[in-house]
Amino acid sequence: MQKRFTRMFLLNKRFIAYPIATALLIVAMLLGISIGTVSVPVLSILKLIGTEVLHLPSLGKTDPMFTTIVMDIRLPRVILAGLVGASLAIAGAAFQGLLRNPLADPYVLGVSSGASVGAVLVLFLNLSIPFVGMFTLPVMSIAASILTIFLVLFFARQIERSMRVETIILTGIVFSSFLGSLLSLMIALTGEELRQIIGWLLGSVSMRGWEYIGIMLPFFIIGSGILLFSTKELNAMSFGEERAQHIGVNVAKRKLWILIGGSILTGAAVAVSGTIGFVGLVIPHLTRLLWGPDHRHLLPLSILLGAAFLIVADLISRTIISPTELPIGVITSLIGAPVFAIILIRRRKESRG
Amino acid sequence: MLSVQSVTGGYPGHDVLNDISFDVERGELLGIVGPNGSGKTTIFKMISGILKAKSGSILLKEKPIASYSAKQLARVLAVLPQHAEQAFPYTVKETVSLGRYAHQSGWFQSWSEHDEEVVQRTMAQTGISTFQDHYVNELSGGERQRVFLAQALAQEPEILLLDEPTNHLDLSYQKELLDLLKKWTREQGLTVISIFHDLNLAGLYCDRLLLLENGRINLHHKPNDVLNEARIQSVYRTKIEKHPHPTVPKPQMLLLPEKQAEDESDLLITEKCLTHAEEMITLKAPFPLRTMSSGVVGSGTGWYSTFVNRHVDKTYDCFDHKGEMTRFLEDHGIDPTETVGMMTAVRLEDVAFRFIEDEGVSVFVVVTAGVGNAVDASKSREHVYEPLPGTINTWIFVNGTLTDEAFIQSIMTATEAKVKVLHDQQVKDAVTGTIATGTSTDSILIAATQRGEHQAYAGTITTLGKLISEGIYACTTEALEKYRERRFR
Repeated sequence: MQKRFTRMFLLNKRFIAYPIATALLIVAMLLGISIGTVSVPVLSILKLIGTEVLHLPSLGKTDPMFTTIVMDIRLPRVILAGLVGASLAIAGAAFQGLLRNPLADPYVLGVSSGASVGAVLVLFLNLSIPFVGMFTLPVMSIAASILTIFLVLFFARQIERSMRVETIILTGIVFSSFLGSLLSLMIALTGEELRQIIGWLLGSVSMRGWEYIGIMLPFFIIGSGILLFSTKELNAMSFGEERAQHIGVNVAKRKLWILIGGSILTGAAVAVSGTIGFVGLVIPHLTRLLWGPDHRHLLPLSILLGAAFLIVADLISRTIISPTELPIGVITSLIGAPVFAIILIRRRKESRG
Repeated sequence: MLSVQSVTGGYPGHDVLNDISFDVERGELLGIVGPNGSGKTTIFKMISGILKAKSGSILLKEKPIASYSAKQLARVLAVLPQHAEQAFPYTVKETVSLGRYAHQSGWFQSWSEHDEEVVQRTMAQTGISTFQDHYVNELSGGERQRVFLAQALAQEPEILLLDEPTNHLDLSYQKELLDLLKKWTREQGLTVISIFHDLNLAGLYCDRLLLLENGRINLHHKPNDVLNEARIQSVYRTKIEKHPHPTVPKPQMLLLPEKQAEDESDLLITEKCLTHAEEMITLKAPFPLRTMSSGVVGSGTGWYSTFVNRHVDKTYDCFDHKGEMTRFLEDHGIDPTETVGMMTAVRLEDVAFRFIEDEGVSVFVVVTAGVGNAVDASKSREHVYEPLPGTINTWIFVNGTLTDEAFIQSIMTATEAKVKVLHDQQVKDAVTGTIATGTSTDSILIAATQRGEHQAYAGTITTLGKLISEGIYACTTEALEKYRERRFR
């Protein structure tokens, strides 16, 4: 009876899942913009967003310093953190569904290693591509990640024409370790850029500005669009590829689209912020624990939760031992792991009920 | 409906199937049987579009399978897998609803009333409606199997492929599922192709069977032809016997376990096994004997190890004699399920028995005889039917292996010998005054050890027949003389 009650409660919760997740995201954004060395009142933020972003008629005077802080520093930072968190979370959810493994994460196919190699190469060689200038790093990084996806898929296809997910995972692992070694090689050979490289690898969304959002946004829209149109197929594929084929899913085509969609998101996220761990693994898992495995809801909810989570993580990373900023990847794991463990234990107890 | 035309292929580097051709009609229930590795699953994978044939073609409703898109194919053909992976905890209804995927179109793939109706109907048909909100991974194997059957049926297919559908099911669900499938083929024209491991189930339900051997078709025909003893023995490379189903005209293939050392001990049925008291004569065999008898309990054919001939009074009430006999045996610590029991009004001291041996075969005959109600079979119409406790009860134990023919001929031979005794003893039918051929309530039992020498026949001049004739004639005469001595003393 207890179990049944919980289940009904969870099913009902799906309808209030969206309001809850959206509210979490809004609160996280407001906190992220408000808190810092200079505290900005929430009311001022709302006013500023009303006038500067939505171009509403003036809602009253705000401090011009607040305008600068919010519009030039905090808002782009929060939005970028949100986009990165959302991208990693939805890509993780899709990969876990496709690979039928709740332990998969967006980095499993070696895309992040590819993006890292591209980025570190720029830092290591002090590259600067004409016309792109200061954006050489993200551009190179995205290019490297896309190149990696296609190399992984090309080799997987060489190994086995039907490209079973197991083959793709194995190929991804081979690429990951190879590219990882390249990274280590560059780090070993490097001199004064070491701190810069390590800092980038640990992940950060600071001092990126609106331009990075401009780079990230199209990839986010395309990638999550592809994945959100594949949610039913992901449901089918979590029963196995053959089963999905029998139900009527064109598995070969869908699989490719989902891999490409997820990789675009991952590549773009790594390119603008470095390799931030944990989000892509835990947010989908958490969402599934809370609201069930149906990918039609899992993916959008993961976007909302992932964004909120990374905004809060970023907030903590820059305030906890201010003025020093901690790498955001450290924070995601430090708060993510215990929270996740608690939820997991409580759910286990509940289901034993 | 489905036409497979000279299909060859399998996995890269090795062909599993070799020139396979067969047709399946609408509404047919086709069973695919064959040993492990004969290509049963491979042919399923080709029909369901998972594997491509290297050569040859598969036509579904006159169109090559390759010309169907995955969705189009799923609307015509559904598959019930042997086991489905379960990565995440979906509810039963969510799982079944996925079966509607192929019928939904457009980017938003909305859930229509018809979809809901089909899902509810298939859940009702498979008996899973009551737990539609439960998680699939919390169900038992059989329940899970029915969830995936409902999922396949939700596709509203014209052809259903089943890979060993009865694998995880209890006996009752096996029967229920196959009865249901059979009904759908008859009533709704559903075409079913199913892989079976159990030849007997396949033989009971399928219209035709396709027997595969090493990727080739051995035979595609009616179950009775495919389930031929020699054919199945050679394809499956094991000892199997074919027997008719006791109640329906279908074949049953029975496995024969290897004889273990303990079974080989040559114990003979002799008078050592016999104990007789005033109330009953009991023969306890050290192992079950194959038996054909007309006893009160344990009659017909079967395997029994205890044999009881019980004395009852002439006034014994024959109403519910079977139930009364069962209780009697239980009261005496005898298991009725392993026992053949007979009754007689004759005094059991007058029993005659004899052990005779010749050419490696031996028989042990036990007879009790009384001729108070002797009848001439040629004039039996002049008698009124009256159930009375048996009067000439004949037991024949054969230390040898008998065929069914030998069993039947043993009964004939024994009867002929008995008739001759009555003739030689001038036993008269009290009603007609002619020479009697037996009594109205005689019983007979033939029990064979089924070890040692094979006896194909038991006619009067075969080795076995001679032993039986001699034993019966001698014992019946002796028993009858004792009976008469007592009467006229």
